[in-house]
Amino acid sequence: MSEERHDVVLTVNGTGHPISVPARRLLSDALRHDLGLTGTHVGCEHGVCGACTVLVDGRPMRSCLLFAVSAQGAEITTVEGLTNADGSLGPVQQAFLECHGLQCGFCTPGFLTTITAGLRENPSPTHEEAIDMIAGNLCRCTGYQNIVKSVERAAEIARTGGPHAQPPRPPEPEAGQLDYEERADDSASTGLGG
Amino acid sequence: MKPAPFAYCRPGSLTDAVAALAGDPGAKVLAGGQSLVPLLSMRLAAPSMLVDINGLPGLDTITVDDDGVTVGALARHADVLGSADVRRVQPLVTMALSHVAHATIRNRGTTVGSLVHADAAAEMPVVLSLLGGSLEVEGPDGRRTIPADELYVGPMESSVRHDEIAVSAHFPALATGAGVAFEEIARRHGDYALVGAAALVEGDSVKVGYLSVADTPTVVDLSGVSDDRLGDAALEHLEPGADIHATADYRAQLVRVLTARVVRSAREGAQ
Repeated sequence: MSEERHDVVLTVNGTGHPISVPARRLLSDALRHDLGLTGTHVGCEHGVCGACTVLVDGRPMRSCLLFAVSAQGAEITTVEGLTNADGSLGPVQQAFLECHGLQCGFCTPGFLTTITAGLRENPSPTHEEAIDMIAGNLCRCTGYQNIVKSVERAAEIARTGGPHAQPPRPPEPEAGQLDYEERADDSASTGLGG
Repeated sequence: MKPAPFAYCRPGSLTDAVAALAGDPGAKVLAGGQSLVPLLSMRLAAPSMLVDINGLPGLDTITVDDDGVTVGALARHADVLGSADVRRVQPLVTMALSHVAHATIRNRGTTVGSLVHADAAAEMPVVLSLLGGSLEVEGPDGRRTIPADELYVGPMESSVRHDEIAVSAHFPALATGAGVAFEEIARRHGDYALVGAAALVEGDSVKVGYLSVADTPTVVDLSGVSDDRLGDAALEHLEPGADIHATADYRAQLVRVLTARVVRSAREGAQ
């Protein structure tokens, strides 16, 4: 028995994508498999970990708890839509880079979308509010301290630096230090595109 | 972790939605889906059809008047929680909603959906029961109102019939001179509570509702019980269980502690 398919137009990061999917296709799977937008990560698939969080009409939601057919007509923003128009990092991405807000990067897309919406609602969070903002997302690497710092730094960048905050400068190499180039290259492996 | 196949329809009117439900005994209603979709993904439920009510007009309302708060079937937790009018007229709704899952879940999940899901570990069924609220449902024979004390009939089981759709819930207003309080202990704020308690104090009447310590949302009348016996008196009506998160003894202890706290706090609020 072949499964009935439904024609849906998903509007993701400002672009309409017509797809044909079975009703049970989760939005997270539609984004990754049908649209090839693999920035949205799938962790627990039952709404606990927050890795798959995307913005639906500006509000963070778990894409693993939505069906693609239900998302017709909604404006969806994924992590791919968080960079600035000129391709530079958005304020939250920039802050994660500066504050070492990620290690393996698996949970990062969900944090970035959640914090982007959180700062829109509350542009100047207190330390406690910054912690609360990320309370629904799990990270297994960082111990959260640097993610909380990233929230506070992102708020600062959004307030002061605008979209073109200065990228971090690598430390000046000391005389005789030969492996500098190699170490500077590590920034390219953060998953944020350096 | 993928749902089993199901048919899908997104009706444009309540009449069509009821007809779709009535036409398929294996059909389920999809509102926010924040409880339903995990059940589908884990294959704990496999309905033959989902009737998506998110396209129905006029169900995302939050109406507040002197009688209380009426929440439409598509009002999201986040919107009810954010309403200053709701907080003013029935603060217990706001207090409890701040403990319902995490903000991201509250952006999609609906308060009425949570009531119909009938989970004894959830906050809102207890709140509706404690306040003596009601649920309005629409079926093939028209509308009926189900009082909260007739709504919860078993674990995860409500008296809403298969071919009925819950359209709104009514939480009565807080009476002048009455006080309410809500507290829960969870491993992480927003996670399922190990134990939760809500109190309603009105003159000599003291009632406390509990979550996670009985099979159904349970309200215990503690009027006339001395302050040092409140928790023990409540435990006569509860069945704290053990799981990987807490022993039964620990849950019983939390009942004693939380009961004292919410009753004290509700009394303070009543003054």
